[in-house]
Amino acid sequence: MLNFVLRRLLSSVAVLLVATFLVFVLADIAVDPLEDLRTSTAPNKEALIAERIALLDLDTPSPVRYLSWLGGVAGCAVGKCDLGLAWSTNQPVSELLASALIVTLKLVAAATVLAIVVGVLVGVVSALRQYEGFDYGIIFLSFLLYSLPTFWVAVLLKQWVAIGFNDFLRAATISPLAIAAISLVVGIVFSSAAGGHWRRRLVVLGSSTVVVAAVLAYISATKWLLDPSLGPVVILVSGLGLAYVVTSISAGLRNRRALFSALTTAVLGAALWFPMQIVFRAANGGLIAGLAVSAVVAGIVIGLLWGGPDKWVSARTAAFVAVGVGFLIFTDRLMQAWRPYSESSVINGRPIPTIGSQTPGLTGSYWVVTLDQLTHLLLPTLALILISFAGYTRYQRASMLEVMNQDYVRTARAKGLTERVVIMRHAFRNSLIPLATIVPIDIAALLGGAIITERIFGWTGMGTMFLRSLDRAELDPLMIYVLIVGGVAVLANFVADLVYAALDPRIRVNA
Amino acid sequence: MTNIEQTLPEEGDRLENAIELKEVEGLSQGQIVFRRFVRHKGAMIAVVVLLGIVALATTSIGWGPIPGWWKGGGFGGSNPVEIPGGRPTLQVFGENGFQIGNYPFGQDAIGKDMFALTMRGTQQSLMMMVIIGLIATVIGVLVGAFSGFFRGWLDNLLMRLTDVFIVLPTIVIGAVLGKIFGSVNAFILAVTLGFISWTGLARLVRGDFLSLREREFVDAARVAGASNARIMFKHMLPNAMGVIIVNTTLLMSAAILLETALSYLGFGVRSPDVSLGLLINEYQTAFATRPWLFWWPGLFIVAIALCINFIGDGLRDAFDPRQRRIPTARALRRTEKAAAKRAARAASVGTVDGAGG
Repeated sequence: MLNFVLRRLLSSVAVLLVATFLVFVLADIAVDPLEDLRTSTAPNKEALIAERIALLDLDTPSPVRYLSWLGGVAGCAVGKCDLGLAWSTNQPVSELLASALIVTLKLVAAATVLAIVVGVLVGVVSALRQYEGFDYGIIFLSFLLYSLPTFWVAVLLKQWVAIGFNDFLRAATISPLAIAAISLVVGIVFSSAAGGHWRRRLVVLGSSTVVVAAVLAYISATKWLLDPSLGPVVILVSGLGLAYVVTSISAGLRNRRALFSALTTAVLGAALWFPMQIVFRAANGGLIAGLAVSAVVAGIVIGLLWGGPDKWVSARTAAFVAVGVGFLIFTDRLMQAWRPYSESSVINGRPIPTIGSQTPGLTGSYWVVTLDQLTHLLLPTLALILISFAGYTRYQRASMLEVMNQDYVRTARAKGLTERVVIMRHAFRNSLIPLATIVPIDIAALLGGAIITERIFGWTGMGTMFLRSLDRAELDPLMIYVLIVGGVAVLANFVADLVYAALDPRIRVNA
Repeated sequence: MTNIEQTLPEEGDRLENAIELKEVEGLSQGQIVFRRFVRHKGAMIAVVVLLGIVALATTSIGWGPIPGWWKGGGFGGSNPVEIPGGRPTLQVFGENGFQIGNYPFGQDAIGKDMFALTMRGTQQSLMMMVIIGLIATVIGVLVGAFSGFFRGWLDNLLMRLTDVFIVLPTIVIGAVLGKIFGSVNAFILAVTLGFISWTGLARLVRGDFLSLREREFVDAARVAGASNARIMFKHMLPNAMGVIIVNTTLLMSAAILLETALSYLGFGVRSPDVSLGLLINEYQTAFATRPWLFWWPGLFIVAIALCINFIGDGLRDAFDPRQRRIPTARALRRTEKAAAKRAARAASVGTVDGAGG
């Protein structure tokens, strides 16, 4: 094992060295740092050129300059980092890199997590409904999303989601025809996902259509979107619903202790809404993170208090419910900041921005600032999700189908286990193994690959740093980009191998 | 066939097997794959649509020696704007019913014919797609085959080389090389992109060859005195064909998106040459005033990529030997009826025989 790790590390370093060397030499041919001076009409043109050549050491051949760059980077190992300078602005690369990395992480993190969760969910449902209407619809949708160029989607999103929604907010009413159409579409999607006998489908179709129509009518009639809020009653009702859903998936409704601990958590959470309004006045990032952790802990404690032979199942169920209810309370508080946010002078009633990562000149409470960041994240996150969601869905569907046809699933059914246990415990868990090897590689690709998304939405992350350095003929930031992206890719491949070996006992890594 | 059926115990299994057997009865591997592919509805629709797009793009404005029948102004020049604002003359449910008009996809601000531009962009994208696919396939197959067949130090060397290319995001090399070559023309850009997008295929072919070389038919060929090259390309390669074809199609759809992305970023095809990505880049600010300038190139990109993806999916299903199509209820009923009829006939023949004997 140790031998394997060492050999992999050594070959990875060699690969990185060769790759960075290639890029350095290629980029040195591609860019021309003297471009602006060649066409300049300054009287001291020759002197300026000579000065630039001396500054960038252009008389030295590029392999030698690569070595000196490498020496500076290798200094990081002994604590003397020298990543170089972006010469046209005289900014140290380490500063550029730090800010770019943070921006990119912010952009990518939420999108990746959401795309994985939604993709896996839809993939599983699609596999369970193989060769039915829902499955065919999902297959077509994922192919369509797979074939869309990012920049094309982004322009459409800007036009329809941002500008369209902002225009819509002027009136904030939905026409009855739109309500009928939307609720019918939602109903059809739900009923085809529910599957089964036609009577069950009709019931699902009817009930979901009516519920969605009622909610939309309420939103339209009260102009809820101008001043949204949930309130304790809605939180209580949806918390109870969440408790039922989570229990039926995670423990089965027959497990009464799990159900009761989930319900207790939901009721307690809704009751906590009142004191939380006071606590939230002093909100900051640390406090919210602490509250999230304590919600999980509270859920686990409630589950354990209900006791029983399988108290950890109850604890798990209650913890999920606690996170859900906590999220609802948090959302409710954010919604309360919506009106002051959208009516503030810098926003001016058009709350969904199309560009940038924050509104310049916006001041306000923690909630207003958070809301501002979220609205800026909305469009790029949507674009990234639309693109990568398709891949995850297809992958999860294929892997789930493969597992569902295995003999051990048939055995589990033959033993008389319920369908929930067969799907959740035997099939779903094993179907996640192949996914675990793709996720690290995808995250690595996203870190450097959101170039187009960043550019369209005006985020100054890693991709922008790369494009800008190529544009301004600055080799140092370009090289650090390649090094980071390449290093993360190598590392991700390595992690993927180890994860696979750890999850699947049939695979051994001593080869 | 009846014999096989009779030895099978279960009714449902028997019916499914009847369908399966009928599917493979007396056919070569190639015929089986072709039949399965033709039966894949999505893939067949995609083939038809793609052929239509290719025909439209090549014949309309002409391509090289092929003369064009489209007269509405070349793609380089500009003409007076026909409808104010340059709106498309294509009407499906207009006052005159269906009409194409002189500028079916509209005109831009200086009167360029959008139809001709889009067709030219489609030609470029298709050309680049084919070149990238060809080059990447050849390199990927060669590297993978040598690596998997010879193993040892050659495998190590070739796989580390592949790693070098994998480590560098394609878009980075594409951008750097595009900056060197992009101003020359689309052909050179396609060749360069072909030289960097072979990595995935090489890994897959290597994996396939690693397992194929342990099979009996390879030993048999060696005992018969076949050379290494003959074993690799005559005996093993046909067995890896499924993986290669499927991944080449997927690679080609990725290539189209890569080309448009690079052109969009300004590192790919440059003006005055035309590509679909470049058209979108040039006209994205006109979306609010002249949306057709943005819609048509985008629709063609999506249509081409979607078709290729569907064809790839159909090929994957057709090549996968484990793929057992779950018969629909209707197919089961049909076979059941046929089996019942056959059984009845057999029974009647049996009684006649019995009476005769």
